[in-house]
Formats: sequence, C-alpha cells, structure tokens
Amino acid sequence: MAYSFPEEVLEYVLSFIKSDKDRNAVSLVCKSWYEIERWCRKRVFIGNCYAVSPMIMIRRFPEIRSVEIKGKPHFADFNLVPEGWGGYFYPWVIAMSKAYPMLEAIRLKRMVVSDECLEMIAKSFKNFRVLVLSSCEGFSTDGLASIAANCRNLRELDLRESEVEDLSGHWLSHFPDTCTSLVSLNIACLGSEVCFSSLERLVSRCPNLRKLQLNRTVPLEKLPNLLCRAPQLVELGTGAYSAELRPESLSNLVNAFTGCKKLKALSGFWDVVPLYLPAIYPVCCGLTSLNLSYANIQSPDIIKLVSQCQNLQRLWVLDYIEDSGLDVLASCCKNLEELRVFPSDPYELEPNVPLTEQGLVSVSEGCPKLHSVLFFCRRMSNAALVTIARNSPNLIRFRLCILEARAPDYLTNEPLDAGFGAIVENCRKLRRLSLSGFLTDRVFEYIGKHAKKLEMLSIAFAGDGDMGLHHVLSGCDSLRKLEIRDSPFGDQALLANAAKLETMRSLWMSSCSVSYGACKLLGQKLRRLNIEVIDERGTPESRPESCPIEKIYIYRTLSGPRFDTPNFIWTMDEEGNSPLGIA
Amino acid sequence: MESIRIEETGLNLEATELRLGLPGRDKIEKETISSFNKNKRAAPKSAEDDESKANDDIKHHHHEAAPAAKAQVIGWPPIRSYRKNNFAPKKAEAEYGNYVKVSMDGAPYLRKIDLKVYNGYTDLLKALENMFKLSIGEYSEREGYKGSEHAPTYEDKDGDLMLVGDVPWDMFMSTCKRLRIMKGSEARGLGCAV
Repeated sequence: MAYSFPEEVLEYVLSFIKSDKDRNAVSLVCKSWYEIERWCRKRVFIGNCYAVSPMIMIRRFPEIRSVEIKGKPHFADFNLVPEGWGGYFYPWVIAMSKAYPMLEAIRLKRMVVSDECLEMIAKSFKNFRVLVLSSCEGFSTDGLASIAANCRNLRELDLRESEVEDLSGHWLSHFPDTCTSLVSLNIACLGSEVCFSSLERLVSRCPNLRKLQLNRTVPLEKLPNLLCRAPQLVELGTGAYSAELRPESLSNLVNAFTGCKKLKALSGFWDVVPLYLPAIYPVCCGLTSLNLSYANIQSPDIIKLVSQCQNLQRLWVLDYIEDSGLDVLASCCKNLEELRVFPSDPYELEPNVPLTEQGLVSVSEGCPKLHSVLFFCRRMSNAALVTIARNSPNLIRFRLCILEARAPDYLTNEPLDAGFGAIVENCRKLRRLSLSGFLTDRVFEYIGKHAKKLEMLSIAFAGDGDMGLHHVLSGCDSLRKLEIRDSPFGDQALLANAAKLETMRSLWMSSCSVSYGACKLLGQKLRRLNIEVIDERGTPESRPESCPIEKIYIYRTLSGPRFDTPNFIWTMDEEGNSPLGIA
Repeated sequence: MESIRIEETGLNLEATELRLGLPGRDKIEKETISSFNKNKRAAPKSAEDDESKANDDIKHHHHEAAPAAKAQVIGWPPIRSYRKNNFAPKKAEAEYGNYVKVSMDGAPYLRKIDLKVYNGYTDLLKALENMFKLSIGEYSEREGYKGSEHAPTYEDKDGDLMLVGDVPWDMFMSTCKRLRIMKGSEARGLGCAV
C-alpha cells in the first residue's frame, strides 16, 4: 500500500525550498511531486530568453510572482553582437500580463525593453514591486514615468547600466506623494538632471530606503540634504564628487556621512575632487563594498581610503591604484573577497601606471578569502599565475585580461599555458574563467583535464586548432556557457562534440573557423538546439559551404527556431536544406 | 551520431579567407585573423607597424588630428560601452572645456573659445577668421604669416608671446593661456627669423 504524503504537507515543505536547482530536483522525483511543485513555484529564472517560450513557462508554472530573464549573449557587452539581434521583452510582458496578474518582480539582463513594455507593466500588475533592468535598452524616461506614476507598491527600481533614451529628468516627479514604499533606487545610468526637490521629497517619505544610487548630475553640495533624510541607507552611489570649494561644503559632507551609521557600500565618485574624499572616512570602517572604478584619483588618495576599510569585501577600482596600492590592500583588507581592477587607458599599449602582475600576486598572498578576480593589466608571467594559484586555491571566478592580445609571458616569452594550467589545477572550485595572452592548445588540455566545476569559459585569440576546443568540450563536465572569439577552432571539434552542446546553455563563436557546411550538419543532427548563423555579409548560401561564417550562436531550446531573427541571422533547419531565414 | 576522429591538422587559412567584415575591408582586420595561427602578436602591434609604414602625409595629418588614430580590434579589450562612455578623462579641464580668451587689436571686447573643439591649426585659424571677419593666411616656419594682415599669437605658460603654429597641436593646446591676434605690421617683427 503506497503511503502518500498529503499535498498540503509537501507544499508546506516546498515553501522552504527556494533555489532553482533544488526545485528542479524536486520536480523530477515523480509525477505528483512535479505537479505539486509546479503549482507552488513562485520564482523562475530563464537564462536564455529563447530557450523557452512564454507560453511554455506559463503552462508549467501558473503561480509565478517573480521572473528573471536574460537575453543577449555576453559578448554583446563588447559590441560583438550586431544591432537588432533580438532579446525582446515584449512577447513576455504580453503573455504575463494575462497570465500573472499578481506578478511582483521582473529582473532582466541584456534585453530590449520598450516604453510600451514598461507601460504594460505599470498597467497590468497591481502588486508590482521590483523592476531591475540590467544592461537593457530600448526604453526612454517616458517609460520610467509610467512605472513611477502607476506602481503603487514599488520597492525597487534599478536601472543598472542600461541604455536609456534620456528625454528629461522630469519622470522622477511622477512618483505620487503617496508612494512611500521605495527600498532601492538606482538611476546612476541616467544623464539628465532630475528635479532635486522631487528627489529630496521622495527620499524623505520612504523610510525603508536602503539603496540609493544617484546619477552624475546630482551635485555634491546637495548630497548632505539627501543623506540626512536617509540616515538608514545601506548602499549609496554618489553623483559627481566635485564641488566649488566652499568652507562649509566639506564639513556638511562629513556630518552627513557621519550620520549614516549603516552604510556598507559606496559607489559613484565621478569627477572626484580629492579634497572631498576625507568626508567618507567616518564610514570606511563599516564598508564592505567600495566601487571607485569611475574615480580618476591617484594612488595616494586611493591608499588613504582603502587603508581605513578593514572590513572591505569587495573593491572595484581603476589601475590608478598601482602595485603599491594593491600592496596596501593586501595588508589592510583581510576580508577581501572580490577585486576588480579596470584600465584607465585601455587603448594605450605602453604602461601609463605602475600596475603589474605583482599587485595581483600581493593581493592573493594577503587576502585568504579572495574568490573573485577581474584584472586588467599589461603584462603577466607564468610564475605569477602559479603563485596566485597556490595562494588562492578557493578562487571561484578568475578573469584576466592582458590588454595586448596574445601577449606571452613577459619574462620568458613563452605561452601562458602553464600559468593558467596551474590556476585550473589548484583552484578546484573555479566556476568562471576568462583567458588572455598567448595560449596554445596545451592550456585547453589542462582546462579539460582539471576544470571540472567550470561553468563559464571565455576565450579570445587563443589556441592552435581544433584540439583546443575538443579538450574543452570533452573535458569540462560542468560547462554551461562557452564564448570564443578570434581563435582557430573549427568544424571537427564541434561535430565530434555535438552532443555536448545539448548539455550547455549556449555556445558563441565569432571569427573562428567554423564552416557553413558544418553548421548545416549540426542543424540536422541536433534537433533541440538552435544553430544560428550570424553573417552580415549576406546569405551564407551565396558562398561555398567550406567558407567560414562570421559568427555562430548555438543554444538549447524547447521552442524551436525563433521568429524574430533579423535578416543577418539564419537558423539551420532540421532537414539540412536551405535554412530558415525569416525576416 | 558517427564520431569524427580528431587529428591535429593544420589549418589551411588561405583557402578559407576568414574575414571580420565585408570584402575590401581594413587590411588590419585581415591581419588579425590570418596571424592567429602563427606565433605572433596580434592586431594592435601589427597595426602600428602598418601605421609607421604609412606615407608621411597621412602621418602628418594624424599628428594634427585628434588622437584616436590607433587601430583597434572590435570589442578588445573587453570593456563594456557603459564603462567606456562614463569614465571621466584624465585632464581636469576635460569636463569643462579648454576655454581661452582671444583678443584682437582694435576690437572693443574679447572673445572666448574652447580649444578642444578644434582638430588642429587649420580648424582653429578658420574659426578665428570667421569670428573676427579677417584673413590670417598661411603659416610657414620661415616666414610666419607673412603676407597677411593679421598674425595669430598666444601667451604661453611662461608668459611669453609666441607665434601660433610653431609647436605640435597637442603641445599648443596644453600651453596656450590666451590668444592675441596682432596687426600685420606689429607681427612682422615676430615672424622674422632671428
């Protein structure tokens, strides 16, 4: 006699299971668990908006309150994905407006969101609370005005690095006086000046405001006005950090910051006048996150700040910090977990600041909790990488960008294979890796052999031939996202590992050696993948099949070929015939 | 599906004619791709070699023009546009422009111009000619602005009165404190070689 758990009990238990992975596992136990789980799932994450259609999502999960969707491939950030590629939010919002009237949260990344979409959100979801648009585009401040005016319970409006058509700052004044629910507001990416008194009143009447990221036009002189109305702030992004020198300016600012006892994260700092930096000294010891990556301040000023932030966990900074600054970071900030160093002059091949691989080595020595690194530099050596690997076996993300493509080990002139090999061999928890410098197929051999937990790999200007790609595809058991540019990988490796592609979210290859013929073959063999050939030279049918295509994007999907491809994308069809090229 | 044996074959790149863009595009881009199978540095370096081989005219033109002449590979280094667009440039005055006063002998009031909006001397002189309704003529190292009614001069960081056109444009931009358009008769003294 089968004992069966009452549904309500199981539902109750499931309400404690939040992670997608666990939920997915639960749904695989048996049919009844699948049913119960799908009816009570509240959040869904869709890593590729074309992997599944809105209808499939709605059909399976009728009670969703929160969606998170990602659109364009990561390389879109670097202009490798042509304009018009896709990633439209519109079909999603149309479907959800009917199916999920109780929807509360929408989080999008690299999607095209129109004002019409924003208006739909404002109109359709009565209990809407959270809108996060990360690196999105296609909307204007008019759309924001709709959101501000209509979403009565809005808690979060976060425009993180989106490209907004900035018609005016007036939209902010559309928040009604009755809106008191804001918890997080990030308008850092906007260029226009918002009406300061509207902003001030908004901040005053939202007692739960914890995160406030201003845009560059908010003057430093006005910052104290905001801070004293929101002393409970946990995260602050300043506007421009410069002002005319007036005696009270600095003291006002110091007093304002002193009042913010809960401040843990600071960012902004455009146009810094170093004279005003001491204003933040009172909060430094409480800071866990500091983003100075837009601040053109030099090493001495950076050092003065950083040496006071003993609890710092995350630092984003420009290479103005120099090796000397990184040494100080290593000795003062023992809780550091994440470091990102960006180049102040990325197109200059000659070093403009004394920042080298030594800085990173210091940090790896001094900061035992370091797990995420993004480091732009001009030179690297295998020896340094081996040392870093030894010092930081707990690395989860390691992204190294040596500015000059294919730069070898500057000491020995050898490829950096051994160095990256040491990273993957020692850092067993590594989930994300970005390579740079001069690399042969050997590095891929190491990666395939050791990087068993690797989920995302970015390759540029590396490798000798198909073996490199073959090592990665056949060896990296956890690989989900692979993006490759300007590397000599081609048909053989792809075709030999075609089945692997169905276990991954996506593969991007541009300026490689993949022929059109191979693409057609893949399209025939792999029914559950979309093989999208991107070629702005015109139809690949007009060239020989052996001719390499410009770019290819391969992803698994339940929805078949998409219908919104622009005229420079051809989806390989199942028959191996003329591809579907739907305008 | 049938497995395909992987062999370490070399790539016959000439046959595949890999390109980044439309036919007839930049030689630089072609070199980017064709060099990836050789143990050689990539585009930026070879592009600079190309530039140094370029003829003198182009070099001279680049010299006067705004800096962005370095060949760049698309999307490299991998920095998001948001970051590129938002980063404040190094010079403090970059935000506010490089405004200098311009006086002309005999004019009732001075003008102010932003040196940053001009690409080089030709651009600047044309603008001055327009602004003050006069003609300045051609610069020559030997004769200055001989043969014209007016000569453009400027006061440099050291307070000295200098003839416009002698030094490279970038140097001029950073050392020029104010401009003064002198009457030809006075200017002739400056223009003569000592």
